[in-house]
Amino acid sequence: MSDLQSQDYVRRSASTMTPPSARSHEDQVAKLIDVSRCIGCKACQSACMEWNNLRPEIGHFEGSYENPADLGPSVWTLMKFAEYENEQGNLEWLIRKDGCMHCEDPGCLKACPAPGAIVQYANGIVDFISDKCIGCGYCVKGCPFDIPRINKKDHKSYKCTLCSDRVSVGLEPACVKACPTGAIMFGSKTDMKDWAGERIEDLKSRGFDKAGLYDPQEVGGTHVMYVLHHADKPSLYSGLPDKPQISPVVMAWKGVIKPLALIGIALAALSGFFHWVTAGPNEVTDEDEAQGERVLREAESEKSS
Amino acid sequence: MTNTWQDIKNANVVLVMGGNAAEAHPCGFKWVIEAKIENGAKLVVVDPRFTRTASVADYYAPIRPGTDIAFLSGVIRYLLEKDAIQHEYVRAYTNAGLIVKDGFTFQEGLFSGYNEETHSYDRSSWDYELDKDGFAKSDDTWQDPRCVINLLKQHVSRYTPEMVSRICGTPQDKFLHICDLFASTAAPDKALTSLFALGWTQHSVGAQNIRTMAMIQLLLGNIGVAGGGMNALRGHSNIQGLTDIGLLSNQMPGYLNLPTDKETSFDEYMKTKLFKPLRQGQTSYWQNYRKFVVSLQKALYGDAATQDNNWAYDWLPKLDVPLYDIIKAFEMMNNGQMNGYICQGFNPQQAFPDRGKIRRGLSKLKFLVTMDPLDTETSRFWQNFGPQNPADSAQIQTEVFQLPTTCFAEENGSLVNSARWLQWHWKAADAPGDAMSDIWIMSGIFHRLREMYRKEGGAFPDPILNVTWKYTDPISPDPEELAKEMNGRALADLTDATTGAVATKAGTLLDGFAQLRDDGTTASGCWIFSGSFTEKGNQMARRDATDPREQGIAPNWAWAWPANRRILYNRASADPDGKPWNPAKPIISWNGSRWVGIDVPDYGPTVKPSDGVGPFIMNAEGMGRLFARDLMVDGPFPEHYEPLESPVENVLHPKVRSNPAARVFADDRAAFGSPKDFPYVATTYRLTEHFHYWTKHALINAILQPEEFVEIGEVLAKEKGIDQGGWVKVSSKRGVVVCKAYVTKRIKPLTVDGKATHVIGVPLHWGFTGQARKGYGANTLTPSVGDANTQTPEFKAFLVNVEKTSAPTT
Repeated sequence: MSDLQSQDYVRRSASTMTPPSARSHEDQVAKLIDVSRCIGCKACQSACMEWNNLRPEIGHFEGSYENPADLGPSVWTLMKFAEYENEQGNLEWLIRKDGCMHCEDPGCLKACPAPGAIVQYANGIVDFISDKCIGCGYCVKGCPFDIPRINKKDHKSYKCTLCSDRVSVGLEPACVKACPTGAIMFGSKTDMKDWAGERIEDLKSRGFDKAGLYDPQEVGGTHVMYVLHHADKPSLYSGLPDKPQISPVVMAWKGVIKPLALIGIALAALSGFFHWVTAGPNEVTDEDEAQGERVLREAESEKSS
Repeated sequence: MTNTWQDIKNANVVLVMGGNAAEAHPCGFKWVIEAKIENGAKLVVVDPRFTRTASVADYYAPIRPGTDIAFLSGVIRYLLEKDAIQHEYVRAYTNAGLIVKDGFTFQEGLFSGYNEETHSYDRSSWDYELDKDGFAKSDDTWQDPRCVINLLKQHVSRYTPEMVSRICGTPQDKFLHICDLFASTAAPDKALTSLFALGWTQHSVGAQNIRTMAMIQLLLGNIGVAGGGMNALRGHSNIQGLTDIGLLSNQMPGYLNLPTDKETSFDEYMKTKLFKPLRQGQTSYWQNYRKFVVSLQKALYGDAATQDNNWAYDWLPKLDVPLYDIIKAFEMMNNGQMNGYICQGFNPQQAFPDRGKIRRGLSKLKFLVTMDPLDTETSRFWQNFGPQNPADSAQIQTEVFQLPTTCFAEENGSLVNSARWLQWHWKAADAPGDAMSDIWIMSGIFHRLREMYRKEGGAFPDPILNVTWKYTDPISPDPEELAKEMNGRALADLTDATTGAVATKAGTLLDGFAQLRDDGTTASGCWIFSGSFTEKGNQMARRDATDPREQGIAPNWAWAWPANRRILYNRASADPDGKPWNPAKPIISWNGSRWVGIDVPDYGPTVKPSDGVGPFIMNAEGMGRLFARDLMVDGPFPEHYEPLESPVENVLHPKVRSNPAARVFADDRAAFGSPKDFPYVATTYRLTEHFHYWTKHALINAILQPEEFVEIGEVLAKEKGIDQGGWVKVSSKRGVVVCKAYVTKRIKPLTVDGKATHVIGVPLHWGFTGQARKGYGANTLTPSVGDANTQTPEFKAFLVNVEKTSAPTT
């Protein structure tokens, strides 16, 4: 990622300081996926592979149109297909484009022990900075949506960047550009919520009483949102979490360790040690101390709240 | 398409039946979504499977493959019974009130004139009663029992909702709900668009499937209007151009018929072409037929086509059979009657039915030439690829010449889309390796053949020796030059008929087919393309998206045949007085002195409404046909016939089970299976991730849908012990496919005539060349029989068996 983009960081994994956001005029962006107009054509998957130059292996047929079979270090977005029989006994084929949700409160970033390996930009995009990644897999555990995947070759974690490289120069993400039915839209989060409102109204007029927007507040809202026909049951859509929760592993930093802060520091030091083993001796110790301090501070602030 | 892709957004109801638009036409499908969002349209899907299109539909109903005519005839019955038709439209614009000859009958599944021996009809009784002046008799009050509308009522009376359900397996309540949605568009300001594709054409009753729907659209007043029409979504880039330019064995460019061997002179040929108007004062546009043929001959033979030699009529090939379609070609190969085959941009080893028969046919050839950008299965038919292509190379003597060609992105040219737009495209990259353009290859073959005829004579050298070939580069004519030849030009100064002044100078490119003459002073290689490349330049290259009414008509974007008209039959968008039926979405209207609007009128531009000229000017009676006269070989009304391979009897007329006019070769009939051995109905189709057999050569597409599979309903899978993703053996009388199973809720057993009927879905993309995993190919299973009119193979309904098995050993 370019240096220019680093000026837009608002959060940085395993760091004490909120980065000074040099450019503050950035709008919060969002991708809106209107499941009700998605035909599951996988143009988004092709575009993602083309733009990011990803080529997973040619797999096998595994009992569904889902191919490849799972997200992977080279599969950053994946159409998921769920056959659902509704209360009236009619079939619905619920097709959902899966990928990083770009949480406002990103579990991956919280869990990440490698300083600056996961960042959040002012526009809300959560990005992995590969050269800082230590491949520990904590982000996988930290993610409430089971999105990041570790590449076994380079031991780095990968996921959708929301085409941060395109967005930073004023382009829409590749999947948005490729979508033939306009089911994937991109713009400011406010505009996307407004548009979602119109779509939900239309769906309600067509008998989907529970149509709604998926922008889960459990993670502070997301920068990838869905219009769902059945917003009361997100899990119908190939296991989209009804109430996404940041994993206990991450919550441990905040909760369990609260009375055991010293152990927290020890863990932080241990993590630093591992980083030293894998990445060599650099500012790791400082950073780890900072991480420990952050844990303590957060523990304190939680106690007082 | 009668209408355009963009125009779909004007529809109130979108019917997708006989196609799977979201799956096969995802980019065009955006206009369906637009109709839903911007026009509040309801999307209705009728399909054997719950498809990707169904996943975004407002209403879905299942149907047994091959029973669409029963379903749609039931809709006609419903509309007539509930009187849910657009009366004024039907009365003024269709042949509902014309009176049919007394000799015409329909009994026990057969129309009058059937000959059991030839499996064909004498169609002379399928016509109107004529008066002494030769005009069709009519009864505008519809009281005469021989009126088309009354005969139609009688004909469809058997298709009750119970009968529809019994034949199609569609639950009655779902059928009736869809009838209601159809009926809602009988209002003059409401429209239903019918989007269909190969799900209707690829049946032994394919043409009649489409006719039945066209009749419904006429009854609802939905032809010629915004958001209406019969919209064939073409499945193959430039397949529209292929038919336009006459690349069928019985056609010439612009839908002109190739002569038959009975038409021994030009006058004899023309006799059956110049349709005399069947109503007083009617415009019958085919009266210009002679101009189109003479201009074509001038384009082909230049100065060698003269009045004296009847415009070189004798040099045209003459048909001794209705057509030399591909099924017939492979029958002839198998019988040793066809020894050489030039296969240009076509992969019959994958694409045509009964793959074993195709391979046996190719194996008997002396030579096979393939011209393709890809390494096709056809060019490798002789090579053993294991069970997916078990060829015995040592036994095959066919000499194969594999000529790599450029693909569309490696050359300039035009493609005709479904909406009849000729869109110019520009070369984006050089071709790899030794690939050469099809034009260069065909030119080379032509020059060498001509040289051989020059030197050696031969039985009939004239048609080759006299071809005009005045291109700047005769070795590889420039696509622009060819396009200009299609458009046509004046060969002499053309004078205005009234003033006598020179209107068009010799050598000038023509503005349109209205300028064509039958005296040899004009040349045009394809009359319907006339106007596409004029003195103003290449009209196909225009890219102005301005759409004055935002109604989906951008007249300066590319160029549409005919005459840059975007919506065919658009005269019918206005009432008999010339006022738009739907004032919110007008196309053309009468302003007191001429027709004006957003499209080129499909009508004389100054013909007054009071003249009563019918809007369907390509028909001799000027009316939309609820009764097809003698133009279809299998009946003037559509009738439900079972597919050639069907699990049930024809409950309407057990003695006539399948299309009595179908042409079936004896060896193909012997290869039909019975429901005893092959109890399940299969249907083939494509998936969004692939385009036919091309994209398996592309890595990303291969990743997205890597391996051959079939779709099987949960109930049948359970019955047969088939696991999700497990191996199955699917067999027909013609061959076996071993592949994975997709056990799905999207295919439910249908109750047909009281019995549970299972449908197996067979996607067709895999073969033995390319990057995706090797597959047997769906056409290993399909039967070699075609539609009675067009010989389009019946890929969409046949019988198979399915069993659990293990992975094939390779």
